[in-house]
Amino acid sequence: MTSGGGKHRADWTFRALTALCAILVIVLMGAILARLLGNSRLAFSEFGLGFLSSQEWNPGTSEFGALSSVFGTVVSTAIAMLLAVPLSLVIAVFLVEVAHPAVARIVGGAVELLAAVPSIIYGMWGLFVFATIMQRTVQPALASSLGFLPLFQGPPMGIGMLTAGIVLAIMVLPFTTAVTRDVLLMVPPVLRESAHGVGATMWEATRSVSLRYGRHGIIGAVFLGFGRAVGETMAVTFVIGNSHRISASLFEAGNTIASSLANEFNEASEPLYQSSLVGLAVVLFGITLLFQIVAHVWLARLGRAEGRRS
Amino acid sequence: MKVRSVSIAVALSLVIISVLSVAASAAVTINGAGATFPEPIYAVWMYKYHELKGQKVNYQGIGSSGGINQIKAGTVDFGGSDAPLTPIELSESRLVQFPMVVGGVVPIVNIKGVGPGQLRLTPAALAGIFAGEITEWDNDVIKKLNPGLTLPSDPITTVHRADGSGTTWIFTSYLDKVSPSWHQKIGVGKTVAWPGGVGAKGNPGVAAYVQRVDCSVGYVEYAYAVQSKLTWVTMQNRAGKFVAPSSGSFQAAAQNADWKNAPGFSLVLVDQPGDGTWPIVGASFVLIRKEQASAETAKALLGFFDWCYRFGGAMAAQKDYVPLPMSVVEMVEAMWKTSVTAGGRPVWK
Repeated sequence: MTSGGGKHRADWTFRALTALCAILVIVLMGAILARLLGNSRLAFSEFGLGFLSSQEWNPGTSEFGALSSVFGTVVSTAIAMLLAVPLSLVIAVFLVEVAHPAVARIVGGAVELLAAVPSIIYGMWGLFVFATIMQRTVQPALASSLGFLPLFQGPPMGIGMLTAGIVLAIMVLPFTTAVTRDVLLMVPPVLRESAHGVGATMWEATRSVSLRYGRHGIIGAVFLGFGRAVGETMAVTFVIGNSHRISASLFEAGNTIASSLANEFNEASEPLYQSSLVGLAVVLFGITLLFQIVAHVWLARLGRAEGRRS
Repeated sequence: MKVRSVSIAVALSLVIISVLSVAASAAVTINGAGATFPEPIYAVWMYKYHELKGQKVNYQGIGSSGGINQIKAGTVDFGGSDAPLTPIELSESRLVQFPMVVGGVVPIVNIKGVGPGQLRLTPAALAGIFAGEITEWDNDVIKKLNPGLTLPSDPITTVHRADGSGTTWIFTSYLDKVSPSWHQKIGVGKTVAWPGGVGAKGNPGVAAYVQRVDCSVGYVEYAYAVQSKLTWVTMQNRAGKFVAPSSGSFQAAAQNADWKNAPGFSLVLVDQPGDGTWPIVGASFVLIRKEQASAETAKALLGFFDWCYRFGGAMAAQKDYVPLPMSVVEMVEAMWKTSVTAGGRPVWK
């Protein structure tokens, strides 16, 4: 394609083009944030910080508070991550360290296929199939064994916070599993072989070599899963029960920021109502950012601590 | 390189040509946007009308609030709304409004052993249930109304729409009208602060929740209740009679309503008089500008609505909507004659 002095020009073009695309991400991010802040100004100037601490959400009296949506977002995401992260670690370890390559290929393919299922399918499956299982089997079992905890009290409706969390876990699982598997595959074989060479068992080699070597990547996988869980809209809206209330029981209906936006944005006619919904989006933005910062700081600390040890 | 840039140029010019041709044909296209409730029947009408008259009409179901905003901003030729604007709002934004089609809202229940139409409720009982004041089906008020039924003592779960919706607006308008305590505590809206229960998305969501949860009660559009064979409730109307939801009992509501004394057709069809009237009925409204920019577009617009009124009834009935009674249509068209103008002259004759 290029000849003679064209090499410099080609390099320059390549650099400029890639930089431009990278800048585009920053510009988009900035534009979204600016727009969100601009459109939510009315809500924040009306309610101030009370917007974050108030549980009231009443379009009739124009009182809006984000607390119930934030609570639901955090709780449903926490349930999802608690279930999905350990499970996906185990699956990934099995695929990489234990399984026969042929089995690993089949299971790995199935995991990738699961990741490609659109969220509306998970939502409808959650409502029409999984909620019945929850109502008939899971919730009665939980209520009779752990019913002394406030977490598992109330009528088994099949829908609610717990169902939403589990559906989210199932949606997050393929993402975290696929990335964790790829991370573990990148551990240099010589490291693992040396571990076995000094007499480590399979579990010891996995724990102290593979998982440790790949921890940055694994945390990246957790991020990816968190991102999907915290912003998931359709599937959650189907099964969470959509109520602006905070209840101790995981059987009760709740809501998340994303589900409130999906439900109410279309018909939010008053400026303050609309502004409050955009305010919710700002809070979601903040939650994601906070999570990222905490994770980065933690990773950096981990790195420093290990630097000292060696 | 040369070949590629030539082909890009060709592709670009093709795009430009197609954009231009779309723009040219858009001059005779009528665009509307708004409420989702009437969207299915509007779609049928628009398709048939285009087939017969060659006039293209588009409608996007973006929600009533969106429809109102778009017609106010002037980006569409007509807006659709399930809640009527007040006469003051209409004159402020220089719009006129008229009802297009009527539909009913039906309470549905899931109680073991109770079939469609078997449970009878009074307005006060329905409001009491949704307000969280009546918490079990074997409450004395409900037992007295239904001596023949064995009702369970399990707690009632109420199911409402989680998304802002015209259906909720009609339903809460009804509860607000028949129950002073509802009016005081909760009020009317496309979304309200429900005292309890669970929220589901859309009519299918409410139906699925009600079918799932034992001892639950919800509300859906009539068309949906019919198509999904849900367990609907017999309601007592304003005349004290117990009636079943049907096209006939909705039409009775539209017929008996006092349209004459409702400026801007700003009328909610709930709790209307008449022995055979279903009490929870609403109309879906169309909003157009009082002063039209082009007489040609305005004529095409009103011509379409006129055709829907006159020839769209059977299509509406097929989709379980109720056409507007002819007496009301005549009032609407009389209003067009006096109120809709283009360049200072009336459009409709």
